[in-house]
Amino acid sequence: MSVLIFIDHTEGQIKKTSLEALSYGAALGKSMGVPAEGILLGTVGEDLSTLGKYGIQKIHQVSSESLNQLDSEQFIRIISTVAASSGATVIVLSHTNTGRAIAPGLSAQLKAGLVTGATSLPDLTHGFQVKKNVFSGKAFCTVAIKTPLKIISLNPNTYPVVVGEGTAEIISENIALTPSATQIKSVSMVSGEIPLTEAEIVVSGGRGMKGPENWGPLEELAKLLHAATACSRPVADAGWRPHHEHVGQTGIAIAPNLYIAIGISGAIQHLAGVNRSKVIVVINKDPEAPFFKSADYGMVGDAFEILPKLIAAVKKLKGVA
Amino acid sequence: MKILVCISKTPDTTAKIAFTDNNRKFGTEGIQWILNPYDEWYALVRAIEIKEKDPSAIIHLVTVGGADCDQVIRKALALGGEEAIRINTEPTDSFFVASQIASVAKEGNYDLIMTGKETIDFNGASVGGMLAALLGMPFVSLAAKLELEGTTATLIREIEGGEETVEVKLPLVVGCQKGMAEQRIPNMKGIMGARSKPLKVVESHPTESLTEVISFELPPAKKGVKMISSDNPEELVKLLHEEAKVI
Ligand SMILES: Cc1cc2nc3c(=O)[nH]c(=O)nc-3n(C[C@H](O)[C@H](O)[C@H](O)COP(=O)(O)OP(=O)(O)OC[C@H]3O[C@@H](n4cnc5c(N)ncnc54)[C@H](O)[C@@H]3O)c2cc1C
Ligand SMILES: Nc1ncnc2c1ncn2[C@@H]1O[C@H](COP(=O)(O)O)[C@@H](O)[C@H]1O
Repeated sequence: MSVLIFIDHTEGQIKKTSLEALSYGAALGKSMGVPAEGILLGTVGEDLSTLGKYGIQKIHQVSSESLNQLDSEQFIRIISTVAASSGATVIVLSHTNTGRAIAPGLSAQLKAGLVTGATSLPDLTHGFQVKKNVFSGKAFCTVAIKTPLKIISLNPNTYPVVVGEGTAEIISENIALTPSATQIKSVSMVSGEIPLTEAEIVVSGGRGMKGPENWGPLEELAKLLHAATACSRPVADAGWRPHHEHVGQTGIAIAPNLYIAIGISGAIQHLAGVNRSKVIVVINKDPEAPFFKSADYGMVGDAFEILPKLIAAVKKLKGVA
Repeated sequence: MKILVCISKTPDTTAKIAFTDNNRKFGTEGIQWILNPYDEWYALVRAIEIKEKDPSAIIHLVTVGGADCDQVIRKALALGGEEAIRINTEPTDSFFVASQIASVAKEGNYDLIMTGKETIDFNGASVGGMLAALLGMPFVSLAAKLELEGTTATLIREIEGGEETVEVKLPLVVGCQKGMAEQRIPNMKGIMGARSKPLKVVESHPTESLTEVISFELPPAKKGVKMISSDNPEELVKLLHEEAKVI
């Protein structure tokens, strides 16, 4: 018996969400009294054995470069095989674009109950119950997994990365690759940006920003804070910002440590995607803006006047000239 | 070309979320149901666009649910599609739903099965991928574009940190999201026509569910907002640094 954790990587680097998943899987293994092991498909630029410090004993690796791109059918086949040979009873992934592509297929193929978007460790006192995010962040649901093999995909930024000591043994898996029906023609990466779901801080703008030409200060603030940028739906619909920045009930749901909303009214559909943020700052010129009710800190005023002053204050804190 | 679009109902996005039965069930009293936006705006509309280019294409809609789904099914039919199939049973979990749809899909011999990226109530993001596995078809998740050329589909799907262009032969299951199509509003002709389109109600087949909902809870209420004068962003930065410890 073991907990098997899927380790995702892009451009040679292990994803932070996977470090969260490793820490989560290691803690789960401990409470179940079974070892935690990783599985990595493809190759990365770092020494994998150091991942032992996140609490795992072994890493199963299939080091074919063709696996450095998301090939969901192949991934499902390999993870199923390794789960069976290593005697896994729980498989942990991250609820990211990769997790979404492979977890459901794994679940159906292995007849393993799946909980997506888990927000905390399973409760093992009455069977195996996992809390997940529902209603796009407006509520939580506790779900029992009834099958012997269980799959959990962990919501990004909900479980801390826990670093200890140890080295992991690398097990090179010899699994034949079979061509997938889905052929990858090309891949284009958005480089230089912090992915929204991984960001600890998010700076977001709404229609109050008036137009795409005014995003400069917002981006500057984001850069200073190592934050990702986001926007409300009408902003993405109008083409002021790219679609992948749209947060909310029909966009991406995020849970950063800090969400700074500038010129966003706080409609219920917007709140749904962001109200799991640990701290919310709202800057809006209308004191009656509904967003203030869900905020931790608020400032009433014109964003165009506040932003330069706020940037100066952050620079001062960070010691940047 | 036969297309199956999987649609589901979801509470209106402004609905008050509350629970009954000792927090075991979602409180449906006074709830307005809408079509799950991903199913409507992207999966269904893209299917309709495909049919507009190739009038010989046939679109069927399928939903797993009770009679309370009929109103949203009619709304979907008002947008497009030849007929709808309702599998008459309460959905218990994603695997259960996927198995039910799989049995209809097998009979119908569809070339293309479209689902939304996820439902905005249960947020499973699971049914499409499970359905594909049950049918032995490839699954393209988070698809933002879909073009057909004969029996070959070219899709753009979102991956971690970027996007992938993939090519795959039909049959295929696609999870649709923003970018696929633009939201449409049904016109009068569509609404009138929807009334006479067939809505077949079929019985479910016995299937296990792999998971079970135990209870729901609402997130803890916010403590209340601390207002800071707009003349004093330094104070805000100080609070974020020293009190909230987030920067
Ligand atoms: C089915 C459905 C799904 C939806 N899904 C989403 C979703 O996922 N995400 C989402 O965001 N929305 C969603 N919406 C839309 C949502 O209802 C709101 O319309 C939208 O969030 C409003 O965007 P906004 O706050 O940017 O714009 P507005 O509501 O127009 O608000 C602009 C705000 O900026 C303030 N402002 C103006 N000028 C300034 C200034 N100079 N300085 C400071 N503040 C200023 C104003 O006081 C106002 O509060 C959805 C709607 C529906 C019906
Ligand atoms: N009860 C249902 N009936 C038909 N299709 C459904 C149902 N539930 C979910 N789906 C489809 O599966 C997609 C993903 O749903 P979910 O896995 O619940 O997030 C939805 O966008 C729908 O297209």
